[in-house]
Amino acid sequence: MSKVIIFAENFDGKFKKATFEAVAYGAEIAEKTGGEAVAVSIGKVSNDELASLGDYGANKVLSITHEALEMLDARVYARVIAQAVEKEGADVLIFTVSNASKAIAPRVAVRLQAGMVYGASGLPTCFNPFTVPKKVFHGKAFADVVINSEKKVISLAQNSFGVVMNKKEAGIEQMDATIDTGLIRSKVINIEKSTGKVLLNDAEIIVSGGRGMKGPDRWKPLEELADTLGAALACSRPVSDEGWRSHTEHVGQTGKIVAPNLYLAFGISGAIQHLAGVSSSKVIVAVNTDKDAPIFASADYGIIGDVHTVLPRLNEALKKFKAEN
Amino acid sequence: MKILICISNVPDTTTKIKPTADQKAIDLANVQWIINPWDELALTRALELKDAAGSNIEKITVLTVGEKIVEPTLRKALAIGADDAVRVDAAPKDNFYTAFQIAEAVKGQSYDIILCGIESSDYNGSALGGMLAEFLDLPGISSVSKLDIEGDTVRVNREIAGGFEVVETETPFVAIVQKGIAKEPRIPSMRGIMMARTKPLNVVAPAPAEPLTSFVAYHSPKPKAACKMVDAENVEELINLLHNEAKII
Amino acid sequence: MNFEFSEEQKMIRQAARDFSKKLEADVIERDYKAEYPAHHIKELAELGFLGMITSPEYGGGGMDSISYLLAMEEISRVDSAVAVIMSVHNSLVLAGLEKYGTEEQKRKYIPRMVTGEHIGAFLLSEPEAGSDATSQKTTAEDKGDYYLVNGTKNWITSGNTASVYIVIAQTHPEKRHHGINALIVDRHSPGISCGQHEDKMGMRSSDTHSVMFTDVKVPKENRIGEDGFGFTFAMKALEGGRISIAAQAVGIAQGAFERALSYSKERKAFGKFISEHQSIAFKLADMAVKIENARNLVLKAGWLKDNGKPYGMLSAMAKLYAADMALEVTSEAVQIHGGYGYVKEYHVERLMREAKLTQIYEGTSEIQKIVISRLLLRD
Repeated sequence: MSKVIIFAENFDGKFKKATFEAVAYGAEIAEKTGGEAVAVSIGKVSNDELASLGDYGANKVLSITHEALEMLDARVYARVIAQAVEKEGADVLIFTVSNASKAIAPRVAVRLQAGMVYGASGLPTCFNPFTVPKKVFHGKAFADVVINSEKKVISLAQNSFGVVMNKKEAGIEQMDATIDTGLIRSKVINIEKSTGKVLLNDAEIIVSGGRGMKGPDRWKPLEELADTLGAALACSRPVSDEGWRSHTEHVGQTGKIVAPNLYLAFGISGAIQHLAGVSSSKVIVAVNTDKDAPIFASADYGIIGDVHTVLPRLNEALKKFKAEN
Repeated sequence: MKILICISNVPDTTTKIKPTADQKAIDLANVQWIINPWDELALTRALELKDAAGSNIEKITVLTVGEKIVEPTLRKALAIGADDAVRVDAAPKDNFYTAFQIAEAVKGQSYDIILCGIESSDYNGSALGGMLAEFLDLPGISSVSKLDIEGDTVRVNREIAGGFEVVETETPFVAIVQKGIAKEPRIPSMRGIMMARTKPLNVVAPAPAEPLTSFVAYHSPKPKAACKMVDAENVEELINLLHNEAKII
Repeated sequence: MNFEFSEEQKMIRQAARDFSKKLEADVIERDYKAEYPAHHIKELAELGFLGMITSPEYGGGGMDSISYLLAMEEISRVDSAVAVIMSVHNSLVLAGLEKYGTEEQKRKYIPRMVTGEHIGAFLLSEPEAGSDATSQKTTAEDKGDYYLVNGTKNWITSGNTASVYIVIAQTHPEKRHHGINALIVDRHSPGISCGQHEDKMGMRSSDTHSVMFTDVKVPKENRIGEDGFGFTFAMKALEGGRISIAAQAVGIAQGAFERALSYSKERKAFGKFISEHQSIAFKLADMAVKIENARNLVLKAGWLKDNGKPYGMLSAMAKLYAADMALEVTSEAVQIHGGYGYVKEYHVERLMREAKLTQIYEGTSEIQKIVISRLLLRD
């Protein structure tokens, strides 16, 4: 029986998809072992927002607020979470792979003498021994990791489990934590929000257009799609050669080599030279009128159709999807 | 100021990765070893800081937990410009064990800044720096994409959702650094390679400890399936697949 | 027999390889425009490659020949123009000075060359004298406390960018090649002018010029070795330099081979990758054998040199074989690429143009055969 604690990270008082996924994951582990899932939230979060964690399987929500916790100090946060673990008698801790989680989880693991797996790719495949799967070598292989200690820390890789609904009535409890502010040795002197354009090299999602787009004045739907997805824009070589798009967007063997999570190719036939630049993409989606276009051999999902008919539909459906999620 | 960089010995990123026949390990015969790229960038930044005019950095040390096989990688770090190297003579069994060994090796050494890369390119862990900071009971800042020293304080950029915070911190502390910390790694000069021959590389015995996790099996990823076709009239199905099946949006 | 490289040699090779990645970004453009790689040469100098085999006593790296040859190969895989500038500077000028110069000459010229502040050039060939180096028409008249140099030199690598020339010229024509001297000449001496930048078939990024000498005064103390030593000096310098050029040829071939191998695994024809067609697979096998052979000759010549053994035979064999096979391998690499091999972007056509020069300069393939056959038939 596992008592699971999930660190439910909030962003300006709101939970994001990754937090819900972590809660759902933790709840599943609790259910499979006949235990309980407790979400721990640090910071000012409304009761309604806290209660929403019940939708994903949390049996209880512990809320900890203190002015010293306004700014993330991993050393302080780790101690607070360890206190929650102690209070609840928890043995499994779930984190995401967010910036804050990366900072806090390892510290908690040391405080609890807990074995830690960072980047779990799915549910434990076995609970005795407690075995967690993860990707290694950037996805070139998968590994099974056994956690031998009594307490266990898991940082769940993004999109590894899914935001699975599992409606429960989660009671909200305020927890008083003992905080040693003397531990804080740094201060935030400025915050800068990043603006606008996603750079091609760093982009997790890339929206790319080829000759099939038919002209430079027909790029708007792609720009719109990129905007909705928070994606970078790219193009195939003929497009940049013709001057329809800047050569900085050219992706391919003699252009940029990219490795996004998602590469959407519109009106691109998929010549080897282009594929050489995108083959490391995790998922490739292709839209093309030609059913024999070579790109479909490398794509994971495909639509045979006119990009100019598909794009508006896709844009609308995606906007709807984003609003609902 | 004294800076320590914890470096990890990893296979070159172009290596073909395959499990061994018994699937209990990754086949590392004929591997070309390199410094973990994030650790190398951390070292690069430390060297830039040392080379800067008016710098108060007197020594840059690199440390690895590893058996003799890691020594060429340490020599490379020396060739790039580190002043001395330490090897804790033990295989890096897991993140907890490795962090503990490093902590034991550096206790009482009074490093002002300890740098760790945020991820290792082999087992893709991201725990070492945080664990080390906790073992040493030191403050730590993670997701650091920029680091500057101004007298006795250090100023870093810490990535947050949608941007970054500029944080000022006292030393000693642990900085867990990521992309952006330095532009590109240094190529060792011939002079550096020559000097690496004589710079100290000290081997220390490990402290008694046990790992808390073990990697018990490895598998290759499934081969790519054929393209799943979606009807042009039904884009919602595509979104559904991307969300629920590929889990990518 | 140990065929393993030392850890240090591996580190040096990797450093050269990492540096060569930077050359790749603009190599096609520079070759096309015949643009001198100034910023790359600067970085090459900063990394210590422009003094790597010179003694640390004069500020060099004191590395062995094997390390140097590995570095030459790595850089030539990507950019032979940078490699030839490096080769002439290291193997002909610096090595020649260090072996045969006086202490004063060494202290005067070497320290600023190993830093790359001054680049070296080697002036032997003339419009009427290439392979027949004994027929020097450039004169260095003995005027007591100086030599007066007149004449024209051809095909000089780094002709305009070099600061330190070693000029081979005739002082005593009646003694024929025993009257030839080698002089260290400051490129900025009055009376020296460079002809235009030669419009070459390949290695276009290196600056190759003819150099004219009109009553150029060179101090007596700038003569290398005894009076009349010049021809022997030139031959000895070239003997070492040719191993370096052989390494360059190996690098050119290796670069072409790697690109062909990679292309063959991506390109499909008749329903399968072309690498799965035996005709292509066999070509790749042949290319690999040739490169392996050439590299082994190069390394053995380097080993003999490092171990103080006579290396004239091996260096000529290495140069002959490596240059000839480089042209064959690069030509096959173009062939494997098909139409793509014929256009600039795929690099292999450039490598083929570069390979051709290795058969001609620093001793043509025919000269290498003379060297080898004479050694064979000597006793």
